Amino acid sequence: MSDLPILSLMLAVPAVAAIACVFAGDRNARLIALAATLIDFALGVMLWANFDIGGAQWQFQEMHRGIFGPFNYALGIDGIALVLIMLSVFLMPLCILASWQSVTKRVGLYMAMFLVMEVVMIGVFAAQDLLLFYIFFEAGLIPMYFIIGIWGGANRIYAAFKFFLYTLLGSVLMLIAMIAMIREAGTTDIPTLLVYNFPPEMQTWLWLAFFASLAVKMPMWPVHTWLPDAHVQAPTAGSMILAGVLLKMGSYGFIRFMMPMFPDASAQLMWIVFALSMIAVVYTSLVALVQSDMKKLIAYSSVAHMAIVTAGLFAFNQQGIEGAMIIMLSHGVVSAALFFCVGVIYDRLHTREIDRYGGLAVNMPAYALFFMLFTMASIGLPGTSGFVGEFLSLAGIYEASSWVALVCTTGIILGAAYMLYLYRRIVFGELTKDDVKAMPDINPREWAIFVPLAAVALWMGVYPESFLAPIRGDVTTVVARLAPAKPAGDAHVTAGKPKAAHDAHGEAAAGEAHHAGGVQ
Amino acid sequence: MIQAIVFLPLLAALVAGLGQRAIGTTAAKLVTTGALFASCALSWPIFLSFVAGTGEAGVTPVLHWVSSGALQFNWELRVDTLTAVMLVVITTVSALVHLYSWGYMSEDPDQPRFFAYLSLFTFAMLMLVTANNLVQMFFGWEGVGLASYLLIGFWYKKPSANAAAIKAFVVNRVGDLGFMLGIFGTFLVFGTVSIPEILAAAPGMAGSTIGFLGHRFDTMTVLCLLLFIGAMGKSAQLGLHTWLPDAMEGPTPVSALIHAATMVTAGVFMVCRLSPMFEAAPVAAGVVTFVGAATCFFAATVGTTQWDIKRVIAYSTCSQLGYMFFAAGVGAYGAAMFHLFTHAFFKALLFLGAGSVIHAMHHEQDMRYYGGLRKHIPLTYWAMMMGTLAITGVGIAGVAGFAGFYSKDGILEAAFAAGGGGQIAFWVGIFAALLTSFYSWRLVFLTFYGKPRWEQSEHIQHAVHDDHGHGHDDHAPAAHHDAHGDGTAGYHPHESPINMLIPLGVLSLGAVFAGMLFNHQFIYPEEGAAFWKGSLAFNEHLMHAAHEVPLWVKWMPFTVMAIGLFLAWNSYIRNTTLPARFVAQFSLLHKFLFNKWYFDELYNFLFVKPAFAIGRFFWKRGDEGTIDRFGPNGVAALVQGGTRLAVRLQSGYVYGYAFVMLLGLVGLASWAMVKFQ
Repeated sequence: MSDLPILSLMLAVPAVAAIACVFAGDRNARLIALAATLIDFALGVMLWANFDIGGAQWQFQEMHRGIFGPFNYALGIDGIALVLIMLSVFLMPLCILASWQSVTKRVGLYMAMFLVMEVVMIGVFAAQDLLLFYIFFEAGLIPMYFIIGIWGGANRIYAAFKFFLYTLLGSVLMLIAMIAMIREAGTTDIPTLLVYNFPPEMQTWLWLAFFASLAVKMPMWPVHTWLPDAHVQAPTAGSMILAGVLLKMGSYGFIRFMMPMFPDASAQLMWIVFALSMIAVVYTSLVALVQSDMKKLIAYSSVAHMAIVTAGLFAFNQQGIEGAMIIMLSHGVVSAALFFCVGVIYDRLHTREIDRYGGLAVNMPAYALFFMLFTMASIGLPGTSGFVGEFLSLAGIYEASSWVALVCTTGIILGAAYMLYLYRRIVFGELTKDDVKAMPDINPREWAIFVPLAAVALWMGVYPESFLAPIRGDVTTVVARLAPAKPAGDAHVTAGKPKAAHDAHGEAAAGEAHHAGGVQ
Repeated sequence: MIQAIVFLPLLAALVAGLGQRAIGTTAAKLVTTGALFASCALSWPIFLSFVAGTGEAGVTPVLHWVSSGALQFNWELRVDTLTAVMLVVITTVSALVHLYSWGYMSEDPDQPRFFAYLSLFTFAMLMLVTANNLVQMFFGWEGVGLASYLLIGFWYKKPSANAAAIKAFVVNRVGDLGFMLGIFGTFLVFGTVSIPEILAAAPGMAGSTIGFLGHRFDTMTVLCLLLFIGAMGKSAQLGLHTWLPDAMEGPTPVSALIHAATMVTAGVFMVCRLSPMFEAAPVAAGVVTFVGAATCFFAATVGTTQWDIKRVIAYSTCSQLGYMFFAAGVGAYGAAMFHLFTHAFFKALLFLGAGSVIHAMHHEQDMRYYGGLRKHIPLTYWAMMMGTLAITGVGIAGVAGFAGFYSKDGILEAAFAAGGGGQIAFWVGIFAALLTSFYSWRLVFLTFYGKPRWEQSEHIQHAVHDDHGHGHDDHAPAAHHDAHGDGTAGYHPHESPINMLIPLGVLSLGAVFAGMLFNHQFIYPEEGAAFWKGSLAFNEHLMHAAHEVPLWVKWMPFTVMAIGLFLAWNSYIRNTTLPARFVAQFSLLHKFLFNKWYFDELYNFLFVKPAFAIGRFFWKRGDEGTIDRFGPNGVAALVQGGTRLAVRLQSGYVYGYAFVMLLGLVGLASWAMVKFQ
């Protein structure tokens, strides 16, 4: 680790490039955006390579005090922030590539918006000052707003407005809560706040205020209805980044603020999270089953997946939280890939109606293969990223409550049903429609987007240690912080009267036990 | 060596699947088939070393997988007796099925994909049986599920195949729900997912209780039942069986490999692998016995009424799996594995034989349109005879018999000896054996005996009238067909090519000798204990008792087999109007059986339709009718009504509005900061 302010640099590169894009021509804007996002990705790789796993909790810290009142420019990351920054910088160049041809209107501004988005995302995950975080967190609205509003579909105004309305209400509450926190603790420094003990009663109010904002971002049931509309109207790359990273800001807020800062309230109110998550898994999965719009279907599936994240986080144990983190990463990659899958055929036929397709396996075999891979990753097939996250978080949830685990695990059945049903209607069947027949298989640019996404989805499934190692220490810290408040799970074992039971089974059992002893 | 056995098929699948355009069809077929024969050649020495008693159990580490707190599991390959048995079953049947598919699939344009899927399946199945922890077993479990899904839906243009593929996957996922919860519970109780560690600790957990869904239950009972739900899904046991008959939409070699010999036996394998757990959970073992016996009976009754040759064999598979489960349930794990072993050979043989018949009959699968094929396809006939003799359990106690004779009798005797629930299972098993004999011989008689009834078959008509069909048919011209009057419609079935006949021959050897050669190792008390070496809970007492059952118990299976044979002969050869009269007389019963006890209709009514209806309700009434109406839309309406923003909203200035509000927020925040400082 040198003195290089690598985080600031990662913020500066896209920021400068964004300004350049506004003034550049269409072609140059694309190249500038691609170059800037690739540089940021390279910087991200450097960040990861230099991150000292098992070292200090906060690394790459930068601090400039008192810029404006108590407001500090303070950056720094732990493992959790690191992997989410990696997710952001990994997806960004792919998003730029995904809109290479499909966006033709005001290209410079479009690319600028994406670059601003990148600044915002990195800022959210790297901020170590509460207000700095808030500004980044809310500023994320603006570029997304423009992306949906200008380059979106027919009903984009409604979607953008809904998106805005939902987010606004929660934000106000969170802001007020933050001000109260700063007054109480006397600092805006996040690492300090993380170990500050707020009075339990205050925690409850703060928790609820944060929850109002973060639940919308996640989104949790019943404040999820902005998501399907936003996705449907957003351009492909907008959906990719929205599902890929923006939704993770909500769950990042859970694990960064709500759980470690208000542990008592978290334990007290965990039932709210569990209840909403359980409803969301079943409810949104069933809604996904009946969708006729591809993007809506995947949007609803996102809500169901994020519900397992929230339930996993509130299991308050290592498996639950680590699993939730892996789902966040996995869903980031896989849902971005699925939205790109939709984008690929949308670019060719300009409709999201599932029934307009069918039989693509015939003329687009490579596409069918990638789509199958990401479908399986979404379903959570072992060997793909989806499984590791789902399995760990559900294992953690089971320890907290077998009821919640049972209900959330039904997601694996419903998830398989709606995804395979979608896949069947698009890819399988007879190839009959002439315009569908005319669709060519994926081109080199699309290969270049699919291959890295597929590689990461498999990497995370086969060797997730690369992603688990950086977050392990930080998750342990959160778990330790929550431990005093954590309620006992319902599934704990009580040793009965082994002696008596043994006698009851008679000699046969004794005889078998003798043989069974030979195992291992 | 074990790495080669497991990973060669994966490598071949990748080469054939991803590189098919680069290397071409023949190379893709060669690579996959070659890899499987190599795996097979490497597997047999391992198995034989265990038979000889020189084999040593061991675990080969491959790669680190996951560690999260105490929950740690790696990619590992475990080899012990139980694995070795599965290795030879899987690689042998798979290699033969690969070879068979050269002939059976020769006209399919998509062969590389087919062979790649087959090899991928084999890899996943091998991962399943070599698993040293529950999660890797689950990996294999889901991997075979994926391959099964892909292969059932291999002819993806057929809507029925697609529906069957999804059904198979989703119904299996219902079982997986239980499996996953079982793994979670096991981890919670034992603090590990490593199979040997769990099995070592399992007996100590007897009598403890665990909380589950708000109540407290016996720990081992809960865990074993949850895991068994997984086994029920994969092995198509009563309640979760509905996918298996539909899976016959896949190409016939797939049915032989996946839906008869290997994948569907994974549930039995799992119960045997975890047998010390079930030994510590007598209630769960009782449930296994009951479910197994019920499935055994149910599937056999349905099998007697079906017309589709593949469906008869599918229900037969379902029924035979029931035998294996009730054997495991009464504690005769060795007998369960023995039946799994012999069944793999004779059932794969029956399926491949059926494939050969279907091939000869131009894709006709309805037995009503067969008849008299014995003389036309004699080699297939003899292979099917071997399979039928094996499945019906023909043999003389103490002298010699076909494979199924040893394994099925072993199960029935053990069930009888176990007493209690085992006695009930014994009688159910005896009755099912009668039905097995009946439907198996019915299949043979309808297909190979009697007069040809081909002329009513649309497929045959197509073959005869189609110009394309004439290419194969170098005999009588079309004009003469109707004049034949012998029911053949002028069609001439051909025996299958050599690459299909070789697998039939090899499997016939298995169907004849597999029981005779290995019954001592699998189920004899002392030899069994030495063979299994603790890789499953081998109960010497029970096996002793099983060998000393009364003579009438030993002769019972043979007797009912003879009765079944007589009934079939009486109904389908001697007096061919009898079945129709029987159906007329007992039409309700026949309808009930023919419609598979109405399980599909029931599930459609209970689960599928409500799922869509509720989904639509949530979407239209919940999201749009309630949340949106009173949430954002309501607010928007208020805003529009209360102020005159409507115009601005419609003119697209909403971004500006949003932006201004955000700036206001930031300003407010700054003000609050300064003020409260």
